[in-house]
Amino acid sequence: MTLAELARPAQDYSYAFLDEFAKREVRRRILKAIAIPGHQVPYASRELPIARGWGTGGLQVTLSIAGPHDIVKVIDQGADDSVNAVNLRRFIARMTGVATTSDAQLATIIQSRHRITEERLREGQVLVLQVPDPEPLRAVEPNISLAREMHADADYALMWLGLYEQVVRFGTFMTGASYPVVVHQRYLMSPSPIPRWDTPMLHQAAHLTLLSAGREKRLYAVPPYTDVRPIEFEDVFFQVENQQGRICEQSGAVNKFMNEIPQPDGSMCYQASDTGYVEKLVRRARGEPVAIGATYYDDDGTFYHPGYLKEQEPDHR
Amino acid sequence: MTSLAFDLPRLLTTAPLLRARRLTKHYGAIPAVAGVDLDVYPGEVLGIVGESGSGKSTILRLLNLEEAPDTGDYTLTIDGYRGRNLFTLDRYDRRALRVRHIGIVYQNPLHGLRMHITSSGNVAERLIMAGERRFATLRNAARDALDASEFPLARMDDIPRRLSGGMQQRVQLAKAIALQPMVLLLDEPTTGLDVSVQALVLDTLKRIQRELHVATIIVSHDLGVIRTLADRVLVMRHGRVVEHGLTDQVLDDPQDAYTQQLVAAKL
Ligand SMILES: Nc1ncnc2c1ncn2[C@@H]1O[C@H](COP(=O)(O)OP(=O)(O)OP(=O)(O)O)[C@@H](O)[C@H]1O
Ligand SMILES: [Mg+2]
Repeated sequence: MTLAELARPAQDYSYAFLDEFAKREVRRRILKAIAIPGHQVPYASRELPIARGWGTGGLQVTLSIAGPHDIVKVIDQGADDSVNAVNLRRFIARMTGVATTSDAQLATIIQSRHRITEERLREGQVLVLQVPDPEPLRAVEPNISLAREMHADADYALMWLGLYEQVVRFGTFMTGASYPVVVHQRYLMSPSPIPRWDTPMLHQAAHLTLLSAGREKRLYAVPPYTDVRPIEFEDVFFQVENQQGRICEQSGAVNKFMNEIPQPDGSMCYQASDTGYVEKLVRRARGEPVAIGATYYDDDGTFYHPGYLKEQEPDHR
Repeated sequence: MTSLAFDLPRLLTTAPLLRARRLTKHYGAIPAVAGVDLDVYPGEVLGIVGESGSGKSTILRLLNLEEAPDTGDYTLTIDGYRGRNLFTLDRYDRRALRVRHIGIVYQNPLHGLRMHITSSGNVAERLIMAGERRFATLRNAARDALDASEFPLARMDDIPRRLSGGMQQRVQLAKAIALQPMVLLLDEPTTGLDVSVQALVLDTLKRIQRELHVATIIVSHDLGVIRTLADRVLVMRHGRVVEHGLTDQVLDDPQDAYTQQLVAAKL
């Protein structure tokens, strides 16, 4: 008998690329993050065959939780077909053997950058958001040790001072993407650079959201059915981007988050940013049988948790 | 016994609001403050004078709970804090106490203000820290406090960097009094201002101190300022109190040799 025969068969990579210990560590961190909603948990971010800053945080989470029976959807700014999304999806499928889809209803794991799907996610689904900068206090407290102290004390006064300044100077809140939220009445959290439109989708959601920053080596979570509140005043309210009057030129969708596409004649046309959703609307219009789930915002633009978004009376200064 | 109590002077019948004992703070080998005792009664102004480096600002930083002393006891007769040595508070309680009950004005506005935040925002911050989350309330409270400090309201949304020194001191003062503190600490609030501006700011300080009836400590080199504002005065040298008493007594009839020099030089 030779040594080669006794040894385990040669293998290029472990299942899901990361070795078992790395995946186990990430899963333990995820459990901790779920136990302390919105709290940033450090983890040993591993090297991957893509550069830091290109979704390595989200990828490590997806690789750590995926099994061969999962169905994975990968989106980048709402699109399933961008180079980044395609690359990540191919890598995940090759390393784990999962099936892939562009249908948010069929996926068990959805890894995304900058968007949440328009269709409501349900219990059992996991949304993995890629995070470039996990620290919501960075804008007001550049010193990271002091920022941690502020999290420990739940001392978020400086965020409201920032809101005060915005209202005084501009009459409204100016933060666009990454609008800070308070999770479970405790931790201030960056929801990753999703538009304000998507922020309310995290509130009392049926699905689990995992957020992971590969470069900054932090991950955090919003467990199912958890309160998520954007920071606002009791008399000046958080507002989502106004999508009224915009019609998706491909699918006819209304009151969904739209990309603006400038036309040669200077006018603007609109396309719903969630391409998986658009694709299903188009197929249904062609008469194909497709199951389209309920959306977070209905066609009148009403959010599915009544009263969560409040109308602002004009001029509160 | 009971009849006697009516005849005692106020300072003997009322308990001091602020009481500090054996305050000591070294920086390396330098004894910045070396065993200082002081009391301040409700509504009273205590002046602290002394040469540069005698430890005046250090005392205020200790009383503002910005720094921990080497040793010392510090109590305030305020509900919830009675009988506790405030130097032993944890970070959380310390912050709550400072926000609610202690106002401070620094000589250098850079220490007391955020230079890139509007003046009204600087004042509103104090209410935000105390948990206020209504914009209209913040706005009105900032306006009222700035108005009480005689700050020109047309400029309430200018950033301090664009304001004169006198106006910056008024913003600091507005921030200090926005929540009507029990203790007001003033560290050379008028030093560095033009003489005419100095007089105006002093008038404001005097008026506010009377209206709020707040226990006040004012540190100054300027014996004129002390004479105008302070009921009692401590004279400090090398971290120690060399003389203390009623302001007129100490300034008109100094007993300590060092105080005599100080008074002779300044008057
Ligand atoms: N952060 C510090 N580090 C080291 N030494 C310090 C520090 N702060 C103060 N000191 C020293 O402690 C002593 C007392 O300083 P303090 O600032 O309290 O004096 P002061 O009476 O306020 O003086 P001035 O009238 O110049 O403001 C000085 O010798 C000073 O150099
Ligand atoms: Mg000083």
